[in-house]
Amino acid sequence: MILALLSDIHANLEALRACLAHAAGRGAGQFAFLGDLVGYGADPGAVLDITAEHAARGAVVVKGNHDDALAASNAYLNASASAAIAWTRQVLSPEQRAFVASLPLCIRADDACFVHASAALPDHWEYVDSPAAAERSARAAGTPYTFSGHVHDQALYVSNAQDRMIAFRPQPGVPIPVGSHRRWLALVGSVGQPRDGNPAAAYASVDLEAKSITFHRVPYDNREAARKIRAAGLPESLAYRLERGI
Amino acid sequence: MAEIDIAAGREIDGFTVGECVHEGAMGRLFEVSGRDAAFPMLMKVPRMGAVDSAELMLAFDTEAMILPRLSGSHVPRFVAAGSVTTVPYVVTERVAGQSLDHRLGAPLPAAEVARIGAAMADALHSIHAQDVIHFDLKPDNVILRPDGVAVLVDFALSHHRHLPDLVSQERRYTAGSAPYISPEQVRGTRTDARSDLFALGVVLYELTTGELPYGVPATFAGMRDRLWIDPAPPSARLSTVPPWLQEVILRCLEPEAARRYQSAAHVAFDLRNPGQVMLTDRSARKERTGIVSQAARWWRARDLGSLPGGAKEEPDAAPVVMVAVDTLHPDDPRQPELQRVTRSILSLSREFRLICVSVVPPGPGIADPRAGDVQVEHRIRLRHWIGPLAIEPDRVSLHVLEAPDPAGVLVDFAARNNVDLIVLGAPAPDERTLAWWRSVASSVTANAPCSVHVVRRSGQPAQG
Repeated sequence: MILALLSDIHANLEALRACLAHAAGRGAGQFAFLGDLVGYGADPGAVLDITAEHAARGAVVVKGNHDDALAASNAYLNASASAAIAWTRQVLSPEQRAFVASLPLCIRADDACFVHASAALPDHWEYVDSPAAAERSARAAGTPYTFSGHVHDQALYVSNAQDRMIAFRPQPGVPIPVGSHRRWLALVGSVGQPRDGNPAAAYASVDLEAKSITFHRVPYDNREAARKIRAAGLPESLAYRLERGI
Repeated sequence: MAEIDIAAGREIDGFTVGECVHEGAMGRLFEVSGRDAAFPMLMKVPRMGAVDSAELMLAFDTEAMILPRLSGSHVPRFVAAGSVTTVPYVVTERVAGQSLDHRLGAPLPAAEVARIGAAMADALHSIHAQDVIHFDLKPDNVILRPDGVAVLVDFALSHHRHLPDLVSQERRYTAGSAPYISPEQVRGTRTDARSDLFALGVVLYELTTGELPYGVPATFAGMRDRLWIDPAPPSARLSTVPPWLQEVILRCLEPEAARRYQSAAHVAFDLRNPGQVMLTDRSARKERTGIVSQAARWWRARDLGSLPGGAKEEPDAAPVVMVAVDTLHPDDPRQPELQRVTRSILSLSREFRLICVSVVPPGPGIADPRAGDVQVEHRIRLRHWIGPLAIEPDRVSLHVLEAPDPAGVLVDFAARNNVDLIVLGAPAPDERTLAWWRSVASSVTANAPCSVHVVRRSGQPAQG
């Protein structure tokens, strides 16, 4: 069974569809949405509907900081993110907003923990961007596997002999064996707003039988996603960065 | 994780355990049979319950992760790996042959060192091309098959470019094997394939002189000496060591990776073509470098050593390019285009090796006094052809091959010399009179073990 891990979709329908099609082509039968379904992009409603359909069929869905800001204050978001959230509030239906509000911050299932940011204090939205931060999150998770987003770049952390974490930058398309006798923390990258200079959407998939994880980059129609952002009157910078992957 | 009682006669995952053939600090090796394997197999079982079992498991995980990704005749065929949480083991082909430590002791003749060394360099080139650095090359980890092919074993300390490096932060394993470890490994850098070439230099030195260049350092400080101390030149230990072999060995042992060979393929090539080795002052050294330059290097090494993780200098791609030059037709109008294309290809790499080959029909037999003339004449033509490219002499070699079948001999020569790219000319579609050359180009393209760049004169509209 293949589990697809999708995070930081940010209301980018084109990117989400491309990743789901890519995952379907690889036989994905299970899905986990690791938060930040909305914010930045022009299709929050459609993205939430697709996510809710998957949730109804058993997919794991957790809440991200942008999702959280829909109902709470968005004071800590930057100007463009804040503008996007204010716009998003207006275009969502009550059902869609209720779906987001119902999402948990963290889900543990079998030997995996799914959380948007860090499993240590999930509502503090800490960036897991160092081995020390990865260690805190993985220890708090208490499971062999921790799957997260929030940091938009892809990374894999693994525990060594001293039970400390080692950082690794994965190569797209290369399956990496992840035995459950070690602790692993995967940052699956961003579906809807990659920032590493490569505009292709990012996600990861886990082969549950073979115990391996593969990171993917999927080219999608980023020009169309950018066009919709401009058409919606959202900040120009949000469109531009999708075109450049920055 | 419990200690697994593996003993002769036990059945594990379809394998029948046979005799224990080796018992070491890291684990045990058993003969195994079963699963309808067409070749003899070995099962490697890590030693459990030891004080450092966590580190042993890292080494075991590393090998179990990397071996399935390797293929070719230079590694043992991977068969299966057991689950670490139940019964950890790795089963591979049991390579027929003798490990290289059986050849240690008395110095070997230079030709034999070159033969074994070229086989080891081929093996390193093969794994490097598969994104793996061995990091523990030593005679115990090299098995020579009966046909002379070298097989590398024990990938417990190895590094795969696209897999997490579990070993990276383990001081004990960063060490590798003290006599063979490269200066950059001592500094903790585990991303440089040229580290394997340093270890290869130590093994070549050992085979040539019967002694280790840096002895067997017992401490970390002792290993750091190689950051700045030159070993005694091989000829200082054994006066009969030929200059070309000393040149190859000392170039492998350069403390700075950038001054070594940049590719195992280049080492293999030089060891197979002693007459083509470009001799520098390394070949003539009779004693260690003087105290002043050693002190200067020691000062630089201090800096290097203080950097956590060491210098992050990755080697450039160092391709072996082979150009087939038709010296039978030196005035052929394609020649300038072939030169232009060759020049532009070489301009893409700072470090490369160019092999210029001409294939001529078999000449008169050795007994005929004119036999040497053909060789000399075509070598001169090759040298003339390569002249305008202004390539440093140590990067280019010239070969005149006498064979009735040019395509076959070109493909074979490329395979034996780890060539990455063959450049050769082909006639334009309308040049029917050159049909034989066309068949050479198409046959080489179809059968080459590497990329092929076929050169035609541009601006020749196809006719017919």
